[in-house]
Amino acid sequence: MGVGVWGVRSGQTIHKELILATAAVEHHHPVHPPTATGLNTWKVGFWVFMGSETLFFGSLISIYLVYKGTSVVGPYPSDVFDIPLTTVSTFVLLMSSLAVVLALDFLRAGRRNLALFWTMMIIVLGATFLGFQAYEFTHFYHVGLTLSTNLFGSTFFVLTGFHGAHVTIGVIWLLILWVDMFRGKLRPENSLRLEIAGLYWHFVDIVWIAIFTLIYLME
Amino acid sequence: MAESHAILDEHGHSHDEEHHVGWKKYAVIGLVLAIITGVEVAIFYVDALAPVLVPALLVLSAAKFFLVVQYYMHLKMDHPIFGRVFWAPLFLAVLVVIGMVILFKILPTYGVFS
Repeated sequence: MGVGVWGVRSGQTIHKELILATAAVEHHHPVHPPTATGLNTWKVGFWVFMGSETLFFGSLISIYLVYKGTSVVGPYPSDVFDIPLTTVSTFVLLMSSLAVVLALDFLRAGRRNLALFWTMMIIVLGATFLGFQAYEFTHFYHVGLTLSTNLFGSTFFVLTGFHGAHVTIGVIWLLILWVDMFRGKLRPENSLRLEIAGLYWHFVDIVWIAIFTLIYLME
Repeated sequence: MAESHAILDEHGHSHDEEHHVGWKKYAVIGLVLAIITGVEVAIFYVDALAPVLVPALLVLSAAKFFLVVQYYMHLKMDHPIFGRVFWAPLFLAVLVVIGMVILFKILPTYGVFS
């Protein structure tokens, strides 16, 4: 905390460090070691990671679209998709994104109980989404659609399965953060931990926005 | 440029700007997202809108995408470098999807590669 001296550098760099230190004192945030950009490397790195993830999901979506309509045996998308059900699960995931920003907002404001409540809401909503997906996958299995039934099954399960895996990781991550917040280890000073987890959560949300439109509604 | 980022904290965003987004605004954005999803599903079931279904869904989906990225992920308020490292690969991913669809779905219908 406070105005740290990290060595003698150019006047501009020192000026930037003083600004960071002052902001940290005023807002009770810790100061990270100086970086070339003046930004936290964890956060920059995480945005780069999300950039790479867009390419990963972009590839899976393009594979689905390329093989769309080429299955020679059923079931076909129109036979199995339940749009009202998926709409509810999409709504659940969108609301979990709202819970993320509220949890972060309250954590930064030092309102611990509200931050705990909204973080738990993200976990509950995320688990609910996974429940919908588990139900959907089970239903598809019972009507004869598996990973190896046809091209639709292969590309659909790979795409939505990877997305579900990402949501599962997010739920576990947020559960860990909730425990840390409950034990007093996650505070306004280190709210960056929740912010990065929140960015990840929003990312899986926007991927689902694309999947819902391109795969379910444009069947 | 330097002035606009003069009070960046270690998270890379301005506290002055951050204060403009409170829980009420977040809630309004959440409501808008829910309404757009409802509209998407509604037009899906309206047969008269079938000719414009695809472009309409793409526009609505893009609107939701931008709302989440700009406000919930704070790209609108954060340092521009975060936007650059995210939008550039996203642009590439969209090009990959469009390119694949053109190569394997559209061109073959015109007899190309056949």
